[in-house]
Amino acid sequence: MTTIEITYREAMRAAIRDALLRDDRVFLMGEDVGRYGGCFAVSLGLLEEFGPDRVRDTPLSESAFVGAGIGAALGGMRPIVEIMTVNFSMLALDQIVNNAATLLHMSGGQLNVPLVIRMTTGAGRQLAAQHSHSLEGWYAHIPGIRIVVPATLEDARGMLWAALRDPDPVLIFEPGALYPVKGELDASVREVDIDRAAVRRPGRDATIITYGATLQTSVAAAEQLADEGIDVEVIDLRTLRPLDDATFLDSVTRTHRAVVVDEGWRTGSISAEISARITEQAFFDLDAPVERVCSAEVPMPYPKHLEDAALPQQADIVAAVQRTTGDGR
Amino acid sequence: MTPDKARELMRDALRQVAPDADIDTLPPSTSLRDDLELDSLDFENLVTQLSERSGHRIDEDDYPMLTTIGGCVDYLAGLDEAALR
Amino acid sequence: MAAETFEFTMPSLGADMDEGKLVEWLVKPGDKVAKGDIVAVVETAKAIMEVECFRDGVVQQVIVEPGTTVPVGAPMATFATVGAPVVVPRPEPAVTPAPAPRAPAPERPSGQPAAPSGPLIRRLAAELGVDLSAVHGTGRGGAIKRADVRQAAAEQAPTPAATTPPRPSGPSPPSGAERAARVSPYARELAERLGVDLGAVQGTGRGGAIRADDVRAAAAAPPREAAAPERPDRPAAAQEPDAAARRAEAARLATAKLMARSKREIPHYYLRTTVDVTDALAWIKERNRELPVGERILPAAMFLRATAIAAGQVSALNGFWEDGHFVPATSVNLGVPVSLRGGGLITPAIADAAALKLPELAVRMRELATRAKAGRLRGSELTGATITVTNLGDLGVELVYGVIYPPQVALVGVGRIVDRPWAVDGLLGVRSVVTVTLSADHRASDGATGARFLDVLGRNLSQPENL
Repeated sequence: MTTIEITYREAMRAAIRDALLRDDRVFLMGEDVGRYGGCFAVSLGLLEEFGPDRVRDTPLSESAFVGAGIGAALGGMRPIVEIMTVNFSMLALDQIVNNAATLLHMSGGQLNVPLVIRMTTGAGRQLAAQHSHSLEGWYAHIPGIRIVVPATLEDARGMLWAALRDPDPVLIFEPGALYPVKGELDASVREVDIDRAAVRRPGRDATIITYGATLQTSVAAAEQLADEGIDVEVIDLRTLRPLDDATFLDSVTRTHRAVVVDEGWRTGSISAEISARITEQAFFDLDAPVERVCSAEVPMPYPKHLEDAALPQQADIVAAVQRTTGDGR
Repeated sequence: MTPDKARELMRDALRQVAPDADIDTLPPSTSLRDDLELDSLDFENLVTQLSERSGHRIDEDDYPMLTTIGGCVDYLAGLDEAALR
Repeated sequence: MAAETFEFTMPSLGADMDEGKLVEWLVKPGDKVAKGDIVAVVETAKAIMEVECFRDGVVQQVIVEPGTTVPVGAPMATFATVGAPVVVPRPEPAVTPAPAPRAPAPERPSGQPAAPSGPLIRRLAAELGVDLSAVHGTGRGGAIKRADVRQAAAEQAPTPAATTPPRPSGPSPPSGAERAARVSPYARELAERLGVDLGAVQGTGRGGAIRADDVRAAAAAPPREAAAPERPDRPAAAQEPDAAARRAEAARLATAKLMARSKREIPHYYLRTTVDVTDALAWIKERNRELPVGERILPAAMFLRATAIAAGQVSALNGFWEDGHFVPATSVNLGVPVSLRGGGLITPAIADAAALKLPELAVRMRELATRAKAGRLRGSELTGATITVTNLGDLGVELVYGVIYPPQVALVGVGRIVDRPWAVDGLLGVRSVVTVTLSADHRASDGATGARFLDVLGRNLSQPENL
């Protein structure tokens, strides 16, 4: 197996480039994706390589260009729409929730919307309260769209093509904190499965269920706990809708303890959904209450130390696991 | 009290306190504390049993005579004679 | 009101119990019994247990003779009600009477339910004072439903005419019983699989919750699901060594776990004092001349009495360390470790010991220890100790530095009474002295508090008339 050293950002770019090469129905559009190379430099160089028809800068109107993407998809194209950050997607909520997600149903199965929307999510980069949301769990509430969150280089490289092959709308949430993360990637990866969660670290004593940026933190916490003799399984959900509950339920049935780590706010969150499914389906296998580690329920602070305090940290995860496995005091 | 009767009485009393101890297989020199591992409470219960069964109030002053199985049997055997005198 | 008869049946004393052997009747025809009275002794595959009567009545006829094994639910005796309303109306959920006005239901840890039951069912049972292990489940797979609990509550509700005699145990043990009721779902399932009686398991989880590890420690044996016990043809004696060994091993593990936790979590500090008990012993000896042989006061009782007084006065050592702070207990419940013949240790508690004078306490201690040795303790007597007194003087040691039983915060150790040269009022004489130690939790108290406790304890020992 040949491996290449690559950043998460480069893996995303390679995925877009690959898609543009493989299928001429694919095009990229969004704010500053062309001449500027993307707000986070994901599409840097693609305008030069593929030209303005296939890498299109749009006006600053999310509702308009997401709607245009839906129209293009209905018209037989395979658009990739980039929304700069998750907060801006709220300007396109009607298009996403009320059009993309419903048209298959409203047309009696005649019109599907093969649209992919990419957006940057999450905090950790001092972008303050208006550009640091984690709203993927919110979107996971909506039937009719698929929500995926690549947390590894392999998923950054392979999820896009799988999303483009899905006949229905797929939203890809890219944790902004991961863009500069560098690592080794199997050079042959072009497409990954987007139906199943993945066990990123096997373990016997407790299960951490997480996704996105907190996967790294969770694995680090598991390594720290391993030094203390606590063997933690870490599950990367990967897809928040439809949720692959079989994988985490199977794990919890073995370890009897569950800690859900979610950068989203706790109330009404995907972590609440996971906790509920565990108590619904694995209640008699639980040896401790389900623990949740989420962001503090405040608008994300700007100062570094306050942002750190608001986000799930390794120590918080370690403590939560210890509460489930330790003697509870 | 005849030695046989005393022995019988001791067997019954001991069975209440230490069901695992079989008087017939133990020598008279068997120590209640060291060999049978009776604690002070067990001993007190044994004395209570012996008192009730013999109808004779055993005083604490007599406890030193009751340290072995043989000692207890001898003590019981001597009881009625003492009463007769 | 016409009398009505009802059957007293072989109870289910555990999920894996399908039959039981009647060891002994503690009542005979004509005896009047009140709800909560112990009426029989029953032997199961795991233990010998005392069985309570759940209704007031008069024993009419004994059906089963001692030594007979009968299935769960089989009638063992018939009782008649006494001038009581025949039918107690089933309360509607909304107007369920609060359990408060009733005499306290017999306290025992929830034990293991006879069948699967969810948290709501357990809560309802606790509210209505129903012991789930005695409830017959009518749901799927024998699951206990709300209606079953209400039915059981209605059956055991006291009739207006009858008053349950107050039980001698005094106030109910503090949080022990409640703590024992918290069991993780997995632990409950595991206990069922491994045949572990949850009532006897010490929980180490948050708030004393029982978790899977606690059950495993209590089980200490591989799961028994492989082979069904061939009970019918095997003489009981043949099974006993096996069961006894398993119990002993389980007990060892439970002790190991609890003590390891104590030493891991509790910053112990130790104080000791040596007390002249010559006068106290003479006083006891004098008293014993008058008391019936069976009520003689052992020196051990004197130490319990002195500890109870000290714990009542220095309340900072009487209670529990829970969730990061000290919770004082409302009464002094003395934990008294009792060595079992054939090894092992069991620590029953003497409830509200501070309210008992020395002669009463002596009798209570003797009675409790004797039953402990005979395996005749009730579940409620195993929980709720607020401070423990360990006495190794019998075994010849002079000094005990004990390990505190969590979540208690103090333990008193008593050594052997020895004759020593001792100065009294400037003159040297031979006196009987004993060394008493205090192991205390430094999180809950400081040395000065411990010193005050030992001082009160010592002064009471040297002035027996106070006892």
